[in-house]
Amino acid sequence: MLEIGLNHYLVLAAIIFCAGVFSMVSKRNAIGVLIGVELVLNAVNINFVAFGKYSGGNTSIDAQVIALFVIVLAAAEAAVAVAICTNYYRNLNTIDIDRGDAVSG
Amino acid sequence: MGANGETVTVLKPQLKLILAAVIACMAMTAAPRVAMASGGGGLDEGGFVSDVLGGSHPLFEAVGFYLFGGLAAFSAIAICFTKDVVRMAIWLFATLGAVAILYFLLTAYFLGVIQIIVYAGGTLVLLIFGVMLTTKSPSMQFAVSKIGLAAGGVVSLLLFAALMGLVLGTDWQRGEPTGSIPVATLGRDLLTTYLVPFEVISVLLLVVMIGAAYLARQERE
Amino acid sequence: MLDLLKNQLLFSGLLIAVLMGAINLGVAYCTFYERKISAWIQNREGPNRVGFFGLFWGFHFWGYGQPMADGLKFLLKEEMIPDKADKPLYVMAPAISFIVSTIGIAVIPWGGYLDIDADGIVDVACQVANPDIGLLYVLGVGSLGVYGVVLGAWASNNKYSLFGGIRAAAQMLSYEIPLGLAILVVVLSCGEVRLENIVRAQIEGGGTWNVFVHPLAFFLLFVTQLAETNRAPFDMAESEQELVGGFHTEYGALKFALFFLSEYTHMIINSAFLCVLFLGGWHFPWIPGLGLEDTAWWAVLAKMAMLGTKIAGCVFVYMWIRWTLPRFRFDQLMRLAWKGLIPTGLGLVALAVVMTYFGIPGSESVWPKLIWGLGGNAAVLFMVVLVVGMSPAGVTGRQANMPPISLLSPAKRVPRADQGTAN
Repeated sequence: MLEIGLNHYLVLAAIIFCAGVFSMVSKRNAIGVLIGVELVLNAVNINFVAFGKYSGGNTSIDAQVIALFVIVLAAAEAAVAVAICTNYYRNLNTIDIDRGDAVSG
Repeated sequence: MGANGETVTVLKPQLKLILAAVIACMAMTAAPRVAMASGGGGLDEGGFVSDVLGGSHPLFEAVGFYLFGGLAAFSAIAICFTKDVVRMAIWLFATLGAVAILYFLLTAYFLGVIQIIVYAGGTLVLLIFGVMLTTKSPSMQFAVSKIGLAAGGVVSLLLFAALMGLVLGTDWQRGEPTGSIPVATLGRDLLTTYLVPFEVISVLLLVVMIGAAYLARQERE
Repeated sequence: MLDLLKNQLLFSGLLIAVLMGAINLGVAYCTFYERKISAWIQNREGPNRVGFFGLFWGFHFWGYGQPMADGLKFLLKEEMIPDKADKPLYVMAPAISFIVSTIGIAVIPWGGYLDIDADGIVDVACQVANPDIGLLYVLGVGSLGVYGVVLGAWASNNKYSLFGGIRAAAQMLSYEIPLGLAILVVVLSCGEVRLENIVRAQIEGGGTWNVFVHPLAFFLLFVTQLAETNRAPFDMAESEQELVGGFHTEYGALKFALFFLSEYTHMIINSAFLCVLFLGGWHFPWIPGLGLEDTAWWAVLAKMAMLGTKIAGCVFVYMWIRWTLPRFRFDQLMRLAWKGLIPTGLGLVALAVVMTYFGIPGSESVWPKLIWGLGGNAAVLFMVVLVVGMSPAGVTGRQANMPPISLLSPAKRVPRADQGTAN
């Protein structure tokens, strides 16, 4: 229990991942959904870094570089998503995602 | 006596606040120092390693993990049950900070700092900026529908059960845990081994910049 | 007792306590000097009445008791929370602001290495922590500074505050980029991200501080730090004339004091950072005791005093600018960042890359560095001015209806088209 190993980090990442999925599914606010996505990405990053550390060798560098790319992609994704949200708000005067049903049958 | 007592009651909350702030500052200032000690002094230049805690003590790492891992998990779950968007962002801030400290515990120092700079300092500010632009008043909230809650609960619990089964049921191959990687090594690898993905990411960032600017621009007649 | 201090962890603890005290005292007197300097610039007296408890036969000590009196006033005022405010966030915001502005002191190299018992072996570093990523740590902590402002603005539930918060968020996101570019120039030319080693690189390179090699990058960093601390002329977030008080409109008593203190702490930490990156940290030529080999306790104290002097100089320039320059308009602010500072920063990074390719930073002699650096800086400045100067300045709002300003005959007024037949 006191010896922190790979499984500890994996369990923690699973909790954060599921919290992120819950937010993505249940939130009606577009930005809330986005926050859920960020949580999921963070959980994945924890997994990468933990695997990298406990696998030994050069895997650690691989893992950190991939995690770095994930962080950069998350920033890019957030920029586009916020731009979309402001556009959505300009058109519909709300960011409730349930109201964006203009093209549904 | 009465006047005296009144002064004290007026003073009390303020004193508490200032005391809390000062203690927090001292604790936070000590944080990198402590992270260095727990990371086996990997950050220290040789010769100045502090060994009062015996370098990397397992107990130290355990305390760090349970403290900050617990904070990360708690705030991640708190996000699910918060209705106010800005408070969600604050909980996300706590998660991001705690995860950054977990990276420190995993001796990925560079990644931890990048997490703070890019994620906490950039992405999340952008999100809060988005909230401010798209919300009419701080008290505005969206009620979560029962169906959404149920669906989210079922999906995430099933996923959690599956993940736990996978994590605990697998016998992971282990190697010797690696120490910290110097920033120079990481930088060199980024521009040699990972040059192609690095360049692809750069192009993607350019595309995103143009795309976001196009999307967010005001229509002009 | 001395042996105990040779342990870096305990020494760091002691250093934290000393630095917290010193910086808080420094911040208190910064507020005093801010008022004194503004008075001096505006040809007034400034605060000159408050002494110390009427001691010493009513002598006023030139008003040096003022910070204590101010502090006491803040402490004794009524703590008020607006009714419709988001209470937890409202209370949290000043605390966040204060904390993130203070924790930067952890990685600043205050005085190099210290040899406590004078046996020729260095025992501890006069620095709370000396991490591999020290420079990035400061950058990261600095980028968190916006949270206090934005959250305070949001939680106050006040339109003016909200405007201040939105402005602060946009401003800080924009100015992070040139800040990062300016720091990148230092990293490239020193080949280091550890702050102590950046100071060493500057000393070992023939004593050429980075400011002599990259003066434009120094200017860039200084300007972006002004913007990061929300100081005039970049104090859009609290511009009194338009937004009442901006993000701290609804704050009073000690919560306002925490915002106030965090602004000054931020100034001090940023100045320390600027000194370490560009002004050689604790180093000064021609003064004995400030070299790399001097590790005795008196030398370390002298180094700390040197860095303190440099910081005081930087803080003075901050104040001087505040009371001299008028505030930018928001579109001017954005144009400056995106069309002025970012192209300059990119040019400087390119210059630093070219210099590194030709091995200039590692050369023994001082002259190639100075010639390359200054020549390159002049070239970058020329190109930016050329390119930006060619693109037309954006004309917005009320300005669009104004007659063009004639430099040749300023007194002559051109009648506006819509007023032609009015009289």
